[in-house]
Amino acid sequence: MKNKWKIFTNGIFKENPVLILLLGGCSVLAISVTVSGALGMGGALTFVLVCSNVVVSLLRKIIPDKIRIPCFIVVIATFVTLVQMIVQAFLPDLYASLGIFLALIVVNCIVLGRAEMFASKNGVFDSLLDGLGMGLGYTMVIVGIAVFRELVGSGTLLGYRIIPEGYQIGIITQTPGGFFCFGAAMALLIRCMAKKGKKFDPRIGCDGECGNCNLGCENKDDLIAIAEGKIAEIAEEEGAAV
Amino acid sequence: MTKILMIAFMMIFTQNYVLVQFIAICPFLGVSQKFDSCIGMSGAVIFVMTLASAVTWLIYTYIMVPLQIEYLSTIIFILVIAALVQFVEIFLKKFVKPLYKSLGIYLPLITTNCAVLAVTLLNISENYNFVESCVDGFSAGIGFGLALILFCGVRKAVERAKPPKSWEGLPITLFSAALTSMTFMGFTGIADKLFG
Repeated sequence: MKNKWKIFTNGIFKENPVLILLLGGCSVLAISVTVSGALGMGGALTFVLVCSNVVVSLLRKIIPDKIRIPCFIVVIATFVTLVQMIVQAFLPDLYASLGIFLALIVVNCIVLGRAEMFASKNGVFDSLLDGLGMGLGYTMVIVGIAVFRELVGSGTLLGYRIIPEGYQIGIITQTPGGFFCFGAAMALLIRCMAKKGKKFDPRIGCDGECGNCNLGCENKDDLIAIAEGKIAEIAEEEGAAV
Repeated sequence: MTKILMIAFMMIFTQNYVLVQFIAICPFLGVSQKFDSCIGMSGAVIFVMTLASAVTWLIYTYIMVPLQIEYLSTIIFILVIAALVQFVEIFLKKFVKPLYKSLGIYLPLITTNCAVLAVTLLNISENYNFVESCVDGFSAGIGFGLALILFCGVRKAVERAKPPKSWEGLPITLFSAALTSMTFMGFTGIADKLFG
């Protein structure tokens, strides 16, 4: 039971997909303008992640190793289309505010990365928990950034005015503000981790190259090592090599 | 003609995928460390985006619309892009060796580059015709390359600076991306004035 809890919380804190694994930055930057949009995006991504993890895990013994990436993409694209249709039909406002980024969940490396790194190697229930944890971790970060950006940038929270008109910093809601807030969130995390005596080194896992996640990934061994929680060992090895 | 020029201008400057629309951030942050890889990546992206725009437009208009399966566009487009990238790789390897040498290693990375999928989907939702789609794909690729190369220069300068301890590494990179994108905000509104 403890083991299952660990798989679930892994995605939320230790291996947060956005801040630690540095996956899926595009949608975090673009959608974190409003809290409602961020919640919608988080929900949509969590749904796709859980469903694709479960299906990939179920099919992991049937899918041939050589064509696994196209197979994963088809599974993911199916669920993304499903989400697109549901959101378009029942939440047209959300659909308009998410725009192209809803469709771009297909190429969001969190989903493909978890299918490759976790679901294709683990059982159905574990994969479900992993998907839920990763989805929650993503949602927490995007909503956290969105709360700040909406409050400071537009002076509202979920559409309700908190800061009077004329006192907001408009640029926070625009593109530069997105980059800045994401960078600031990461700097904050590094500071918190440094206080606890932990070293923050996201680059060890992924250079931030989505394409590198699965296709011709040079850091694949590192990624898998991280998935198994072997960061310390790698650091030691590197230290020894130096 | 004016519309084509306007599309090109918008995609390169005012609606730049990376710095204005937040599409393809991952390769933007990942590849922009070395100038050579910037050039290679931009070349590969321009090439694949133009080709993908043309092919997906044809497939959408002549196969998907008659069959009334427009709702499958996400699935079909991503598969078309994946197949196209594979095909281009094989073709270049066999027939255009020098181009393969310079673009080869970047091609497999492009399948999951969100800019390619985005441009094909946006072409359809904007109701562009064939020529407009191709121009859109091509100039979006140019815009991506421009952002990448500009940012590479910024990064080189930032590497020599000494930021506060907790801002070292990625945070300062993101902050310099913020400043770079701020320069592109200067283009806002120009397109309307230029092309009416």
